[in-house]
Amino acid sequence: MGKTLFDKIWEAHVVTEVEGGMQVIYIDRHLIHEVTSPQAFAGLEKRGLPVFRTEKTVATADHNVPTQNQHLPIQEKLSRFQVDKLTENCAKFGVELYGLGHPYQGIVHVIGPELGITQPGRTMVCGDSHTSTHGAFGAIAFGIGTSQVEQVFATQCLLQNKPKRMRITVDGTLQPGVVSKDIILYIISKLTASGGTGYFVEYAGSAIRSLSMEARMTICNMSIEMGARGGLIAPDETTFNYLRGREFAPKGDAFDQAVAYWQTLYTDEDASFDQEYVFNAADIEPMLTYGTNPGMGIKISEHIPTPDSADNPATFRKSLAYMGFEGGESLLNKPIDYVFIGSCTNSRIEDLRMVAEYVKGKQKAGNVNAMIVPGSQQVITQARAEGLDKVFIEAGFDFREPGCSACLGMNEDKIPKGAYCVSTSNRNFEGRQGPGARTILASPLMAAATAIAGKIVDVRNEQ
Amino acid sequence: MEKFNTIKSSAVPLPIEEVDTDQIIPARFLKATTREGFGDNLFRDWRYHSGDSAKEDFVLNNPIYAGEILVAGKNFGCGSSREHAAWALHDYGFRVVVSSFFADIFRSNAINNGLLPVQVSGEFLDKIFQAIEANPKAQFKVDLEAQTFSIVASGDTASFAIDPYKKMCMINGYDDIDYLLSIRDEIEEFEAKQLIP
Ligand code: SF4
Repeated sequence: MGKTLFDKIWEAHVVTEVEGGMQVIYIDRHLIHEVTSPQAFAGLEKRGLPVFRTEKTVATADHNVPTQNQHLPIQEKLSRFQVDKLTENCAKFGVELYGLGHPYQGIVHVIGPELGITQPGRTMVCGDSHTSTHGAFGAIAFGIGTSQVEQVFATQCLLQNKPKRMRITVDGTLQPGVVSKDIILYIISKLTASGGTGYFVEYAGSAIRSLSMEARMTICNMSIEMGARGGLIAPDETTFNYLRGREFAPKGDAFDQAVAYWQTLYTDEDASFDQEYVFNAADIEPMLTYGTNPGMGIKISEHIPTPDSADNPATFRKSLAYMGFEGGESLLNKPIDYVFIGSCTNSRIEDLRMVAEYVKGKQKAGNVNAMIVPGSQQVITQARAEGLDKVFIEAGFDFREPGCSACLGMNEDKIPKGAYCVSTSNRNFEGRQGPGARTILASPLMAAATAIAGKIVDVRNEQ
Repeated sequence: MEKFNTIKSSAVPLPIEEVDTDQIIPARFLKATTREGFGDNLFRDWRYHSGDSAKEDFVLNNPIYAGEILVAGKNFGCGSSREHAAWALHDYGFRVVVSSFFADIFRSNAINNGLLPVQVSGEFLDKIFQAIEANPKAQFKVDLEAQTFSIVASGDTASFAIDPYKKMCMINGYDDIDYLLSIRDEIEEFEAKQLIP
């Protein structure tokens, strides 16, 4: 019986098993940020413990950071306190920190890959559910709680039950105007927000194979949005080419040796999964969410379902009431107040290039406030080098400095109560982008088209 | 971690599905650097108007309902991995959350903080909601050792699953970290053999 990609990596990391079946898993890389680490550092301090493997731990400040005037001290008191606490803890415990002002600073799930910290075959964790992003490289990467952050600090290990295995195959060719964000929004709309719970998902098929690393990361990023612990994609030439030359990737002969190992990381022909789904890429259209969880998504050509057709009509009605939508209506031509292009889902250089190409020579609609927030210092530097910043500014966009920003509104970037925001982020929960904010998740292309049109349009009919 | 054994209590009903951790504790309250005090902001935006006045129709503001047990619709705790959600529920006074389905990370965070997630069938969940509707003071009994949840008045009982190791930890108040620290030698041996850098 063959093994799945997931099995191969998992088994290579089992230190021991405890009675009842839980396993101790070794963690190769631990990423931390300011929000979910302070209580874990405090726990270490209370126990008088050091960070066990400082060289396997990397920190950055992303959730709280302002996206304007990053060279100045953080204005908001509590945010500044939390970011300062991270700096203090990292200094005290000897953890490498890419804080504000550092050329490597950025959203934790953007910097891991771009620095080459994320590598095939590794286990990676972070006190952050979107750690699933790193699975795009053929790594086992998942989010953990703060108590577990403390465990990894102290022992570089975690106690885990092995998740079940799911494979989602997407074959065929995407229509023009349809991108990887649409693939994952489509999958989540089919599986629901809990359809992946208990599973680790492998994404496979020709449509997935044809994607760039950035596009693969967008897909793995949102695995958690269907409840899965993580998602992963078998590494291939695209992966190796992306990693070659990156700061922390192996160099020279070591790189070739690494590739030889990475090439063994795939699911064997005769391996079996606990659950399988197959989709056809050609069926996917630009996707939008209409409700308050990421499973509530439709194709642009579809209408919002009616509450009576929902599993739980009461919850469904509550959700539509929050969004100010009616069952049965179309989202086409809905006027939009805000557009947010950013977050660990869609703030990489490729996303910015895609948006720039679309908005070049066009003007943002007057009724829309459109913000672009790059994922990292490296992304913003690259964008400037390519002149994308000028394209955005000329088109009327507000081009900001890197951070999580309006994805979760921990800094000043919030969407006002009742306002509609077409967002490239990953969560449309009530109040996620600010109390009372109404979030519609979409691809960067759809977000760009919305900003130009001032309302929701089908990007396939624009240009 | 505090020890958990049996609890007998009335329950607070929250018959809403897909309650995500952004609702349990919104992001803007995650700026604290200690574990305490999150209970004040539990379900903040469902509980209070923007001006901080209480929303009368939210269940936590209804004095009829009280207790150490929260009963909620399916997929409770989905979304963000923030352990603050478990801290907030515990800090508020809950020791048990009952649902027909829990998100993975929330489940593990809850157990690591002495908050017991009890997963029952959709039908049994409805029975619990009905029992509370019939009598807001209805008593429920949770027995971790026996892995049972009972509606005291009717005697209806459901059993629930929990990993045997995690059960032992909750009953004795042990943290995973104590165990992991005890096998440090084994971890170092593993590192010496490991080929992945
Ligand atoms: S961008 Fe959003 S989802 Fe990603 S790590 Fe930051 S807050 Fe979390």
